[in-house]
Amino acid sequence: MELDAIFAGFGGQGVMLMGQLIAYGGMHAGLNVSWFPSYGPEMRGGTANCSVVLSDGVVGSPVVARPQVLVAMNKPSLEKFEAKVKPGGFIFYNASLIDTKPTRTDVYVVPVHANEIAAELGNDKVGNMVMLGAILAATEILSVDDIMVSLKKILPERRHHLLPLNEQAIRRGMEVVTAM
Amino acid sequence: MAERVMMKGNEAVAEGAIRAGCRYFFGYPITPQNEVPEYMSRRLPKIGGVFIQAESEVSAINMVYGAGGAGGRAMTSSSSPGISLKQEGISYIATAEVPCVIVNMARGGPGLGGLTPSQSDYFQAVKGGGHGDYHLIVLAPWSVQEMVDLVGLAFDLADKYRNPAMILGDAILGQMMEPVTFKSEPIDPKDLPAKPWATVGLSGERKPNLINSLGLLPEHLESINLRLQEKYKKIAENEVRFEGTDVDDADLVVVAYGTTSRVAKSAIDQARKDGKKVGLFRPITLWPFPTKQIQELAAAGKRFLVVEMSAGQMVEDVRLAVNGEASVEFFGKLNGAIPTVEEVYREIMSRF
Repeated sequence: MELDAIFAGFGGQGVMLMGQLIAYGGMHAGLNVSWFPSYGPEMRGGTANCSVVLSDGVVGSPVVARPQVLVAMNKPSLEKFEAKVKPGGFIFYNASLIDTKPTRTDVYVVPVHANEIAAELGNDKVGNMVMLGAILAATEILSVDDIMVSLKKILPERRHHLLPLNEQAIRRGMEVVTAM
Repeated sequence: MAERVMMKGNEAVAEGAIRAGCRYFFGYPITPQNEVPEYMSRRLPKIGGVFIQAESEVSAINMVYGAGGAGGRAMTSSSSPGISLKQEGISYIATAEVPCVIVNMARGGPGLGGLTPSQSDYFQAVKGGGHGDYHLIVLAPWSVQEMVDLVGLAFDLADKYRNPAMILGDAILGQMMEPVTFKSEPIDPKDLPAKPWATVGLSGERKPNLINSLGLLPEHLESINLRLQEKYKKIAENEVRFEGTDVDDADLVVVAYGTTSRVAKSAIDQARKDGKKVGLFRPITLWPFPTKQIQELAAAGKRFLVVEMSAGQMVEDVRLAVNGEASVEFFGKLNGAIPTVEEVYREIMSRF
């Protein structure tokens, strides 16, 4: 089992956290994992992204060039990485901010209105968790529990009152996929 | 088994150092290693240690010289241009035989360069870097786990041989997160073996210890150099470390270290599935270099492909080891990007 993923978007959309949660969740599930952020000039505008690898063997290259899973939270990210997704893989894109559909026909394409759903839930910041829910439902790579245990670890205690909202956002994201 | 915790390479090397008994850290900020001093600044004051952000790299390395000379486990970290600034101090420390650990999370050069990962500081790390005939013990981790394991080893070897040791990482190994297990209990510096040579005050009980790198009289300087060379010979005989994967039946052996060896590992796994007899030889000590082991592989009829994020630096040591007895080819990346698995796979496949 090996999963290579790229999470990309604007700084502030929570793409680094999304990737970290998948990595932590993978560790919780007993897998070998790596998380690698893009950094430097890219952090100061344009797209920020991170590579995540989950594997039941040794993790080779931590930098993903050809992902099985692409998560694009904004348009520049989709444009940058769409062509690199492996055939048979997944493209999750934030349909709230991306008005053009991916053109690939050899991958599963999952549009998620992350911003609208987050707004419905009353907190603009949980768009990343909505997206995460869609990934869990479509790939079945990890359970909601794997993610929630990890989130509890990462989130400082004073923010733990936000855990239920985050779980709600994840479940709403899952519904997007089950309704497809 | 101890719990797995997720850490960045930079944090892991810092925590690994603390667990190895390091209580003195002196540094100056530079990307992509800033999490090292950040971590040290948070932890060291709480456990009776000292963290100082010096006014420059030159100052920081000389503080390491002082703290190491007083017998403490001392460390500094930086990235390529900052490591260049430290070279004078490193040469002094090596000559004065003061143990310490220097971490280089290398970035793209030459010059001020960029923030992307690089292996173009290999020559600087293993061939001296500063002036004079000296060597650092150079360890090259390939994972966040090895950041922990090798920084502990670096302190032990530094003390054992009274020699500065370097951890040569890169921007990826510093920035990436992976699960880490801390296999052994933290070392209390009080439990470390005594250092009778250290300058810690006489208490009226012995003659003064002198820590110095000066040898104005020719005979004296020669004796310093002879002693150093004798020591380097002993280190080269005893401390070589490497890892071979699928090497025994391989026709082609890929030689790579650090981040690049992980990319190579993925590419080799793919090529193996295609039935190609290819293996990975990963030097863990870059100095002392596993010369003898590579010699033996050459004598067994294997060919070599060296992969680096440089214009070709370690490849020279492989060629010296092989000494013309086998073909040694090179694939490198210079543009600040790491070679992709597909690229290395293509390089391997084109040689069958």
